Amino acid sequence: MMEKMIFGRYIPGDSFVHRLDPRSKLVFVFAFIIIVFLANNTITYGLLLAFTLFIILLSRIRLYFLINGLKPVLILLVFTFLIHIIFTREGNIVFELGFFKIYEEGVRQGIYISIRFVVLVFVTSVLTLTTSPISITDGIEVLLNPLKKVKLPVHELALMMSIALRFIPTLMDETDKIMKAQMARGSDLSAGPLKDRIKAVVPLLVPLFVSAFKRAEDLATAMEVRGYRGGEGRTRYRKLKWDWRDSISLVVLIALAALLIYLRT
Amino acid sequence: MSEILSFNNVSFSYTPEVKDARKAVQNVSFTINEGEWISIVGHNGSGKSTMVKIISGLLFPQEGEVHVMKNVLTEENLWETRTQIGMVFQNPDNQFVGATVQDDVAFALENNGVPHEEMVKRVHTSLKQVNMDSFLNHEPHHLSGGQKQRVAIAGALAMRPKILILDEATAMLDPQGRAEVLNTVQELREETRLTVLSITHDVEEALLADRILFMNDGKKYAEGSPQEVFSLGDKLVEFGLELPFAMRMTKLLKANGVSLIGEHMTEEELVNDLWTSNFNK
Repeated sequence: MMEKMIFGRYIPGDSFVHRLDPRSKLVFVFAFIIIVFLANNTITYGLLLAFTLFIILLSRIRLYFLINGLKPVLILLVFTFLIHIIFTREGNIVFELGFFKIYEEGVRQGIYISIRFVVLVFVTSVLTLTTSPISITDGIEVLLNPLKKVKLPVHELALMMSIALRFIPTLMDETDKIMKAQMARGSDLSAGPLKDRIKAVVPLLVPLFVSAFKRAEDLATAMEVRGYRGGEGRTRYRKLKWDWRDSISLVVLIALAALLIYLRT
Repeated sequence: MSEILSFNNVSFSYTPEVKDARKAVQNVSFTINEGEWISIVGHNGSGKSTMVKIISGLLFPQEGEVHVMKNVLTEENLWETRTQIGMVFQNPDNQFVGATVQDDVAFALENNGVPHEEMVKRVHTSLKQVNMDSFLNHEPHHLSGGQKQRVAIAGALAMRPKILILDEATAMLDPQGRAEVLNTVQELREETRLTVLSITHDVEEALLADRILFMNDGKKYAEGSPQEVFSLGDKLVEFGLELPFAMRMTKLLKANGVSLIGEHMTEEELVNDLWTSNFNK
């Protein structure tokens, strides 16, 4: 079950990308998402694709994991590709069958959009594959820190996120146990029409919720006894370190943006 | 010997507005001195858990006073007092806050604003004290129950508490995990003379203590060394507490005509008496 989890997909390693500070990686990915939209011709899209492949090489992540990450959006990818092919009516006709015509511009746009999709999925996957969830949470907390001024409870959000992540495997085990207990009493979770299957989920959810609340209460007690009083006056065990790698990667990103602006039509 | 913790005629009721309501804790007094190991035993609903909540300042008694390090526990000094009390709870999973072992041990230190360098040092030393220093980056779901409880002990030790409170800390563990945790506590006591208060309904665990407090129905029924308390014998059984295995065995042997001298707390004593019993005839 865990292998399919999006957060469980972190692959420890020691590559250049792994060693980057989560803050620089997060900034990089968000900026990259915007930069992707600068591309509008063959050269710029080619450049993006090459750059993405370069990042993947740097991260030393096996392509298999990235392709896996692509699977959930594959339908969307094919769908947008087809939409562009069918509905764009510019340029020369490349294919004709009765009233059904495919134009050159349509094919081009379809390919562009597909590249955009793939590039975005790959780069965000590299982020989650090379950064542990706890580092991502730390990074988000520090990056959102300025928003404390507008009363956004940044520390609480980050703590909530890290506790949620920590309890995912625990609750998964629990679900598994309850499922087996209910199956042992003759509940059939996998067969029958949809209505029956939804009904079978109820006796699974109720005990799960009850135990989750019990856990939450215990955890709150344990946290209070260990002196948790909110974010005020807290120190951090995990130190984030910004070094030359992080500066370089952001400089490279700016250079890429400049190049894209220069090359776009 | 200086006093670490004491209850002074403490009473507590969950429903103070109801007249003559049953009190969860009734007029309980006791004192724990530095370096002692005290066990509070009693069956479910005897007020053990309520007492823990009172010590940790989660509940405040309606009558009486709680002294920690000779200071009365109040709302004002609550947070400071909590830094001197290390607690380990029953469920190993529900007290693991951090994403990894070291994060969890550091949690209390973070809360109390300990500087980073000091934090790293303390995390390492306290994990070493419970022999979990090779598990620094492990995630909780890859640890056994006993290991998680040892991490919880390390988390408590990191604050350098005056007293370690084990609130049924071994109740949810398998025999191996239980032995692991109890061995760790015993080793800690040998090294540091740490004061321990363990709340339990496991009699074998209670036997390890210097002194036992037997709670029944919110009242302190008996207090004394394990020998003294368990010599009450059938009275304890009446209140739903099991006697130690060696004691039950002694009783059965005596009933079957084996001549034994006195009651025996531990298996070792019993065995010694058994193999020498014929010489004494």
